[in-house]
Amino acid sequence: MSEPLAPQHGKPPGDLAQAPPTTVASRLAAWQKAGGIVVPILTAVLAFLIGGLLVLATGHNPFQAYWDIINGAGLNWLAHPTNTDVANTAAYNFSQTLLQTTPLILTGLAVAFAFRCGMFNIGGNGQYLVGLYCANWVGISFVNMTRPAHVLLGVAAAAAAGAIWAGIAGFLKATTGAHEVITTIMLNWVAYWIGNYIFQQGGPLQGATNKPLNIPISGDVAQSARIPVFWGDADLQGLHIGFFFAILCLVLFWLILSRTTLGYEVRAVGYNPDAAAYGGIRVRVNYVRAMAISGAFAGLAGGIDMLGYLYHYGTTDVQAASIGFLGIAVALLGRNTAVGVGLAAFLFGGLLYGTTHGLQSGTIDPSLAGHLTEMIQGLVVLFVGADVLILAVWNSRRKIRRRQPTAQQQQQTAEAAS
Amino acid sequence: MRGVTKRFPGVVANDHVDLDLRKGEVHALLGENGAGKSTLMNILYGLYRPDEGEIRLNGKPVSFGSAKDAIDRGIGMVHQHFMLIPVMTVAENIVLEIEPRKAGVLLDYDKAVERVREISTQYGLAVNPTAKVENISVGQQQRVEILKALYRGAEILILDEPTAVLTPQEAGELFSIIKSLQEGGTSIIFISHKLNEVLEIADRITVLRRGKMIDTVPREGATEEGLAKMMVGREVLLRVEKRPPQTGDVLLEVRELNVEDDRGLPAVRDVSFAIRAGEIVGLAGVEGNGQSELIEAITGLRRPASGEIAVAGRVVQHATARKMLDVGVGHIPEDRQRRGLVLEFSIAENIALHDYNKPPASRLGWLFPRRLVQRARGLIREFDIRGGGPQTAGGALSGGNQQKVVAAREVARDPKVLVAAQPTRGLDVGAIEYLHRRLVEERDEGRAILLVSLELDEVLSLSDRILVMYEGRIVGEHAGDVTEEEIGLEMLGARRKEPSPA
Repeated sequence: MSEPLAPQHGKPPGDLAQAPPTTVASRLAAWQKAGGIVVPILTAVLAFLIGGLLVLATGHNPFQAYWDIINGAGLNWLAHPTNTDVANTAAYNFSQTLLQTTPLILTGLAVAFAFRCGMFNIGGNGQYLVGLYCANWVGISFVNMTRPAHVLLGVAAAAAAGAIWAGIAGFLKATTGAHEVITTIMLNWVAYWIGNYIFQQGGPLQGATNKPLNIPISGDVAQSARIPVFWGDADLQGLHIGFFFAILCLVLFWLILSRTTLGYEVRAVGYNPDAAAYGGIRVRVNYVRAMAISGAFAGLAGGIDMLGYLYHYGTTDVQAASIGFLGIAVALLGRNTAVGVGLAAFLFGGLLYGTTHGLQSGTIDPSLAGHLTEMIQGLVVLFVGADVLILAVWNSRRKIRRRQPTAQQQQQTAEAAS
Repeated sequence: MRGVTKRFPGVVANDHVDLDLRKGEVHALLGENGAGKSTLMNILYGLYRPDEGEIRLNGKPVSFGSAKDAIDRGIGMVHQHFMLIPVMTVAENIVLEIEPRKAGVLLDYDKAVERVREISTQYGLAVNPTAKVENISVGQQQRVEILKALYRGAEILILDEPTAVLTPQEAGELFSIIKSLQEGGTSIIFISHKLNEVLEIADRITVLRRGKMIDTVPREGATEEGLAKMMVGREVLLRVEKRPPQTGDVLLEVRELNVEDDRGLPAVRDVSFAIRAGEIVGLAGVEGNGQSELIEAITGLRRPASGEIAVAGRVVQHATARKMLDVGVGHIPEDRQRRGLVLEFSIAENIALHDYNKPPASRLGWLFPRRLVQRARGLIREFDIRGGGPQTAGGALSGGNQQKVVAAREVARDPKVLVAAQPTRGLDVGAIEYLHRRLVEERDEGRAILLVSLELDEVLSLSDRILVMYEGRIVGEHAGDVTEEEIGLEMLGARRKEPSPA
């Protein structure tokens, strides 16, 4: 035909768009909706399946392993409401799962927000770390403040630090065109080495009592800076109200994107920067702003972790930190939507806590168990990257069902190519 | 082709279509976008397999599994978008895949050049075999495509909208090529939605509408009106009816404007003109002569190197896209999919693209989606946008309806100046008729309209005045009653020349 209709997602060939309107539009909507729910579930199931095969390859029972993880994550608490020892352990495990879920929601939102503006923020980990450093410094420094003020100041400083850190990448993209993937990775390293410096022996944030003992760990944040714990004991790493703050951020994320002009601009730029510019939207400003908001989410995650349960941090912690990276998998699996990120964060939170300690049956090699989360995380990223592949599998399944027994293979390939 | 049927999910693209092609005949395939012309030809060319029906070649049923099968049986196709490799020479492109070889693996380039010369003279299609494809004109590239098909032994040649990319002069040359091929016994299927061309070149004409074959008629006795009615299914007004313009104040004035392109080279040179309220000024020119950059400067999307733009008598300083919108410039962009619409956005969101940040769409940064939907509903009715409601994604609409969304948005803002760049590119007769009528209506409302189009027909039929642009300069200005030939020559800088690599 006479115009190069760009093929849309799952749309039948472009020159057929004049079909009966209701069917095409509704089919498209239904298809996207179905793909929107089915693909992430398929992704997760596939990742777990392959993870299970790996467990099997080590000579263990994968069902036992996953059952242990479920129990370790405290999900059995939901089935044991009575006050028994099992229930107590389960309740504690479940609170720990939610504690892990909290920063994952925020780092997931960080990646998702940048994504909606057409950028890939890989720097969640660096933004998380700088937020955490700032919160630690604020928590140690302003000891005479009242508790709500001190907590809020610490959290706000963390969010601001994250926003600036990611904003640098946004600024570089807007002014020089430097790709955000490269710059955020570099900024991760800068944050990493800053952490190694400030907490090391003689570093500016090393705790006063740790100095004579040559321990590269910061001091504890003041009591006034600690986020109140509402479930469990603060000394035993109970669940703090930052959890609700993360849930609030999920709602905020949705509100910003769908109910504000800022969100409208972000989405317009993310989908089509040329059309956005034509619409009068300042694309560069949006790059900087969206990155800053994205970084604020990640910085907030660091601040809430520091003031919620970590209280102090050391060089070895810096080296082991991976919450920000896990946020990428969370956002990808959650398809960059608020609900999706919430569910994916819970899944990874459960995996994270369920594998680190909870394999009670002892049948699984502890080191294998610990790496299971990382493997599943990697597989999720891999499969989400292969989104198209999974969609193709999903579609061909439908095609095969419809296929006439006489139809030939070539027809399928011709159709697939069209 | 007998009873050919092809179904896609949700739509029957070809519904029992019959088509017969005689030896040495030019057979035009006419239909609107989405009528199923391309699908039918892709079946003939082996890219699709029909769900029903059969193809007979010289009386024998054939079945093509791929384009290669079709090529082997003497069917060639020249796609609308050329499939040439720009950095390779003409000869290399033509012999590609069946090249003469040295020692079994190496390309025998001299022999390739020689063979291309042979068929070039045999069919009377002059090309320079050793020129690189990227350095030759579009018309010549098309010849290379035709030679490529002939080199592969094509006896049936399918030309998909071949004139869409050509100037009137080049189209004339193409038609004489087609005539000489025809005399040599080649059968040609000529796909088009331009009625005048079809009547000029075709022996017989088959009309498709919504996947169904309407009729096959001989050229003798066929009229543009009759064919248009068959295509669209109702009476169509082909001539734009308009009264003489009632001009008012100057609304857009451009003074000594210079604009650079993306590479920093001058694209618009010392351009000055003015448009009054109530007139349509057409800007004619071959693609790439600075029209795009001029439009971008007027709409604030590109900063001019020097010169002034005044809207309604006031010079706009430091123009940004937002500023030009605010002073009353509306813009129907030349590429609705890349720039005019956010395809993932709903119709309602697309309509809000310029004023999402002002009441009533929003207040203090808070968006009111329901108001957007409401407004979209009204405009969908007013502009007769079909294929979905306010919540339908822009990308799910057909080209004509997408363009109506863009037009609705621009007109609804009540702009003083409306820049319409290629407003009907790729649209079908029905949608073109609508948009043309609408542009004239907007003119009569007292807007100043700048119409930029590569379709000379369109410029001539709509404009009250015509400017011709060549290599960044305005090289001619005419009243509305100028002929196509006069403008055609000016568009080429008064003489034919190869585009310089500037």
